[in-house]
Amino acid sequence: MDNHTVRSGGVGRFALVTGLLFALLLLALAVNLCVGSVRMSPAEVIRLIAKGPDAPTESVILFRIRMPRMLLAAILGGALSVSGFLLQSFFRNPIAGPFVLGISSGAKMVVGMVMIFLAGSVALSPAALIGAAFMGSLIITAVVLLFSQKVRNMGLLLVIGIMVGYICSAVTDIAVTFASEQDIVNLKYWSMGTFSGKGWDSVVTAAAVCLPASLGAWLLSKPMGAYALGEGYAQSMGVSVKPFRLALILLSSLLSACVTALAGPVSFVGVSVPHITRTLLKSSKPALVIPAAFLCGAVFCVICDLIARTVFSPTELSIGTVTSIFGAPTVIRMMIKRRGSEAQ
Amino acid sequence: MNERFKTEGLSVGYGGKALIRDIDIALGRGRIMTLIGPNGSGKSTILKTVSRQIAKLRGAVLLDGSEVFSLGQKELAKRQAVVLTDRVRPELTTVREIVSLGRYPYTNAVGRLTPEDRRIVGEALSRVSAAELAGSDFATLSDGQKQRVILARALAQEPELLILDEPTAFLDIKHKTELLSILRELARERGMSVIMSLHETDLAAKASDLLVCVKGETIAAFGTPDEVLGRQTTIEELYGLEKGAYDPLLGSVELQRPEGEPSVFVIGGAGYGTPVYRRLQRGRIPFATGILFENDVDARTASSLAAETVVCPAFHPMDEAMFARAMELMLSCGRAIDAGAPRGPLNEMNGRLADEARKRGLLINERSGELL
Repeated sequence: MDNHTVRSGGVGRFALVTGLLFALLLLALAVNLCVGSVRMSPAEVIRLIAKGPDAPTESVILFRIRMPRMLLAAILGGALSVSGFLLQSFFRNPIAGPFVLGISSGAKMVVGMVMIFLAGSVALSPAALIGAAFMGSLIITAVVLLFSQKVRNMGLLLVIGIMVGYICSAVTDIAVTFASEQDIVNLKYWSMGTFSGKGWDSVVTAAAVCLPASLGAWLLSKPMGAYALGEGYAQSMGVSVKPFRLALILLSSLLSACVTALAGPVSFVGVSVPHITRTLLKSSKPALVIPAAFLCGAVFCVICDLIARTVFSPTELSIGTVTSIFGAPTVIRMMIKRRGSEAQ
Repeated sequence: MNERFKTEGLSVGYGGKALIRDIDIALGRGRIMTLIGPNGSGKSTILKTVSRQIAKLRGAVLLDGSEVFSLGQKELAKRQAVVLTDRVRPELTTVREIVSLGRYPYTNAVGRLTPEDRRIVGEALSRVSAAELAGSDFATLSDGQKQRVILARALAQEPELLILDEPTAFLDIKHKTELLSILRELARERGMSVIMSLHETDLAAKASDLLVCVKGETIAAFGTPDEVLGRQTTIEELYGLEKGAYDPLLGSVELQRPEGEPSVFVIGGAGYGTPVYRRLQRGRIPFATGILFENDVDARTASSLAAETVVCPAFHPMDEAMFARAMELMLSCGRAIDAGAPRGPLNEMNGRLADEARKRGLLINERSGELL
């Protein structure tokens, strides 16, 4: 009898959804390899890949530009989604995300400062940038947490987050005013948000940080599920609430810091992708949502990046522009949908 | 005594400031203990402390002899489960998933459910008559259903001690009684011990083996419902009610007694008087009534509402002295209402009162509006 009851968000649906997302990811990656200022046919791409990295321009474009770029988009898109999901679990609210709470802007501020005041003397490795962004994320997260104890209303907290984001951007702008010509070019480019111009070292660094951190997030699935019922219930079931909350914040900050350090600000992915994923899965079970959200975020960012670099080619759009167009309406829809229950 | 749960000299409160001191309460296996008391009296603070949600300030909380505050978190979760007042609002989560969370302290690191876990979850759902809801989205349930599911989640923890903070708030009368019946069955059949807080003192008296009255800085009273409510005034003092407003036997509370000299006499009895008394109360008309047998339901409500009542001891015939007193009251009121109780050999005197009233033109029809 037990097995015959209707299950809306089961493991079967998870397999179906992740299967489709994976297929979609492969397709998007394949299209990404072919499309661009230099068009290549699928047959040519396959031929070039089979030959391995080589001297001709086509091969260089493929191995040195397109491959690292799309892999970076996939990894960072996944990381951003998981980061958002962790924040949503933390606040028990689906509208939380690293960008809307100002955390990404905090990371951007510190990275910007480091770029301006240190970059002249030291060459900055991707890892150093991530470290700086992680610092910034943690500082702003701490500020937001401080506010969250004062305001119980999530809508108000979002407004505060956005304001904090503006303050961070303003500080960044002031710093930019005093920067050297060369730094400004770099900074402008980066601060718009883009997956371009990154080599394999960035891909390797991103993978080395984001994949273990996402796995770590998945290992927190069990307490996250319990925590969804509230702190009191979680504690009564055996969750050590304080270390758990700390782990959530650290992992979430690390993931979003990695994205900001390597690609600049990428907006709304952290809120909209987990929402899309939950809707597709018809489940909020963290053990299912986390891997599916990573995949979904990868697909989302790879497609958005494809749009960013092809729609007005040869001019490129910043990645944040494209993700905002697709992501922000999702957030508006969610806020309207939740208005009733949010009032309490 | 082998108590399952016990506190010794417990002080509870927030931020190091004691709200309630010297709490010494104990509960055996399969027993239900209910905390009653006014809002803000600290019922929740006590429950939060014994369930280790907040730190104790002093004293001991013992579960089967071991200190709750020195047990491991998982260990405690296997022995004690809670139903809180927190509103639970998970999205896209099925009832079965919610109840399965109760297996938390038993499952492995990723929370995989064994067939045994699934069986226990199914059993918990059946226990609260929610088996057919297993596949539904929790958000779509009614308040009554939600509360049953939250209870099932606690049962899935297989606790020895269940702690519930105002489990009947938000529930209608049917779901209140349903929930309390389930708790009684759990106590009787599984030997589960229950500590809860309730607002409904009448239901608390009916559903509990022990009552704890929480008021002020300490426990005002602790004992069986008979012991605690044996004193007429316990509840009135606990909640600061007007004297006589609460009937501990019936668990019913009456609104404020109309003030002033009685202006109408009600010939009551056998429960016929009570609706009349209540109508008079609503019209703020002070009244006297009689002749009522002690413990006639009318005598009980009259003790809360009437300015004066002529009472006859139970199982004794009414006598002339009572009749004279009733006549005197009726004449001084100047008006009389016959509530319409049937007459028999033991209340002939009420018939005589009605005859006298009619003869003297005192009898009025209460519903005709003559009163106002």
